[in-house]
Amino acid sequence: MSVWTRHYILEKNSILLIVAIIVVVAIGGLVEIAPLFYLKSTIEAVDGVRPYTPLELAGRNVYVREGCYLCHSQMVRPLRDEVERYGHYSLAAESMYDHPFQWGSKRTGPDLARVGGKYSDSWHVTHLVNPRAIVPQSVMPGYPFLAKADVDSAAIASHMKTLRTIGVPYTEDQIANAAADMKAQVDPDGKSADAFGKRYAKAVVRDFDGQPGAPTEMDALVAYLQMLGTLVDFKLYNEKANLR
Amino acid sequence: MSQPSVSKSMTIGESGLAAVFAVTAFLCVIAAAKAVDAPFAFHASLGAVASLAAVFAIINRYLNRPAALPPQEINGQPNYNLGPIKFASFMAMFWGIAGFTVGLLIASQLAWPWLNFDLPWTNFGRMRPLHTSAVIFAFGGNVLLATSLYVVQKTCRARLAGELAPWFVVLGYNFFIVIAGTGYLLGVTQGKEYAEPEWYSDLWLTIVWVMYLLVFLVTVIKRKEPHIYVANWFFFAFIVTIAVLHLGNNPTLPVSFFGSKSYIVWGGVQDAMVQWWYGHNAVGFFLTAGFLAIMYYFVPKRAERPVYSYRLSIVHFWALIFLYIWAGPHHLHYTALPDWTQTLGMTFSIMLWMPSWGGMINGLMTLSGAWDKLRTDPVLRMLVVSVAFYGMSTFEGPMMSIKVVNSLSHYTDWTIGHVHSGALGWVGFVSFGALYCLVPWAWNRKGLYSLKLVNWHFWIATLGIVLYISAMWVSGILQGLMWRAYTSLGFLEYSFIETVEAMHPFYIIRAAGGALFLIGALIMAYNLWMTVRVGEAEVQAPVALQPAE
Repeated sequence: MSVWTRHYILEKNSILLIVAIIVVVAIGGLVEIAPLFYLKSTIEAVDGVRPYTPLELAGRNVYVREGCYLCHSQMVRPLRDEVERYGHYSLAAESMYDHPFQWGSKRTGPDLARVGGKYSDSWHVTHLVNPRAIVPQSVMPGYPFLAKADVDSAAIASHMKTLRTIGVPYTEDQIANAAADMKAQVDPDGKSADAFGKRYAKAVVRDFDGQPGAPTEMDALVAYLQMLGTLVDFKLYNEKANLR
Repeated sequence: MSQPSVSKSMTIGESGLAAVFAVTAFLCVIAAAKAVDAPFAFHASLGAVASLAAVFAIINRYLNRPAALPPQEINGQPNYNLGPIKFASFMAMFWGIAGFTVGLLIASQLAWPWLNFDLPWTNFGRMRPLHTSAVIFAFGGNVLLATSLYVVQKTCRARLAGELAPWFVVLGYNFFIVIAGTGYLLGVTQGKEYAEPEWYSDLWLTIVWVMYLLVFLVTVIKRKEPHIYVANWFFFAFIVTIAVLHLGNNPTLPVSFFGSKSYIVWGGVQDAMVQWWYGHNAVGFFLTAGFLAIMYYFVPKRAERPVYSYRLSIVHFWALIFLYIWAGPHHLHYTALPDWTQTLGMTFSIMLWMPSWGGMINGLMTLSGAWDKLRTDPVLRMLVVSVAFYGMSTFEGPMMSIKVVNSLSHYTDWTIGHVHSGALGWVGFVSFGALYCLVPWAWNRKGLYSLKLVNWHFWIATLGIVLYISAMWVSGILQGLMWRAYTSLGFLEYSFIETVEAMHPFYIIRAAGGALFLIGALIMAYNLWMTVRVGEAEVQAPVALQPAE
């Protein structure tokens, strides 16, 4: 019985054929994916990475909703030109609390992994409302509607609870104060700014959109953009320490 | 006394499905009432309306049908079920034109950004998933539904399993498309490329897909042929693997069961790997395995020649499905994904070149002794050129997966060009060729309304593809080189925006190429429409059946 006639067994039995297909396609995925969940070297040990503040999380959800990832990556590769153009190459730890990841696959616009702190808040607001007002050659869409939409601060706690269930380490304290923290982050003169600062290390408190009142989607998105890539202090980061 | 006749009663399938849809309609109304966001309320309402329509349609169909169910065979010939195939063919053409139109729009937005209109539901970020889903899942998916349900019947010489089940599959799948597509415009997205539909659309698709597998499998099980034909192996691999990928990439936790937003349980680097395991194999199993099945049926059928090599098709099949699944990490070269995974992905991507070309050779060499038909039959020419494009893009892909090449090509338009040489050239042309064959067969017509129009479609679309992919090659390589260019003093030579500005002429050429491709599809739609409307009916002759290979 040659190999070719042995194949008749699969050709004549549909259930066997399906089982064989599942076994054959399972191997590659299992070998490549499963170790990523237990090999410690997958995500380096780094100081500074924390879960998003309620406002940053809301901003990230706007980023996802508007499909920003379709034109902007968040992944600086360890290539000379990229490190010089954007900053230190991205670490796996920097996106460990990202559900979903937003590394992207296309740079119609520049990488945003380290955009935080590069431009002023008002630059971002003007640019988001009308990109060509600041960069005449830009092909980015305008997002004037973000400034007119308030973020839902009442709902953000349930988002954080959902994220905690799937492994993001939000504390009871952070979840209980979620709605208040969202407002506190856009109100530098408010009473709760200090308490907020203790709950989220290095979080910036500013009126991001320059408009007084309840936080808008513009506040949220700019808050998110301004923190991107700023959590790890690369003056202290020792890449050799992670060689295991 | 009543006349002696078969007493008419509802089948278990009819009454059961009607009851399930009645309950679903009720649940959808509750969900709409309790919805926490407007898009979810809209989708729940759509679900309620569709469920009620389904209940009505099932009962109406029961009232109008004869007491006996359609026979499995008539005069010893299988009584093929062609209704769902006609529907899926029609929807394929409809979604194809919709998807190409949106593609032309977003291509134009990149050339002339005012076309975004600064509105939420018209900006590039929401339209782009609409384009990709419309062409891959709506157009491609309906082509696969139509051809797979046709091919499985013909090659098994058996009527489709179930009476309502095939309709449930084609209608349910298209309802999924409507929910997913309207969701994108309203900002409902998971933010994972090619897996944008949110949790409730994913759940619905899972139900539809399981039913699809059952219809296909049970039809194969009741076949009259001893062997399962090679096209059906590929359809099996496509259906089963897409189910595995869909479940693996979409485990999400909704924030509220009455809201659209959910969070994926995978995070960061693991999410990236799972996503591209899914993403690359959506290409491998949806856009390749499924359409190779089409090649293995329609090319031999149209050329009236047997498949070139039976042994090559066995090697092709197992090598392709085994190797493809490893290739995902080549989307993540030089990222924070561990190096060992990237290297594995690259290695297997290069190996993948071999089975891909094995399949191409098997398809092309099927023309042995029938090459002259390329001169007279534009439909066969379309099918053959699609296989040539398949060979081209499956050479380009492994090349781009080499890390040093990828460091240049990644994040640029080269990737977009590569995707479209596969999508327009391979998937598009093999689909067009299959539909040009399938429509006259399914509607029982002697032939197409006009072969001349097919010829026009072929040349216009080919010109469009050439414009598209060459523009993207130039712009992609140009941009990649500009990003890494240094001055003699050791500074980066170009700011990012200078590289954007340099893309402008190529974006215009690309949009022109897309417009030509769309014009070709419109010609095709007219041709198919006229074939169905005025085409001459074929006289039924006893078919001389040939044993399946």
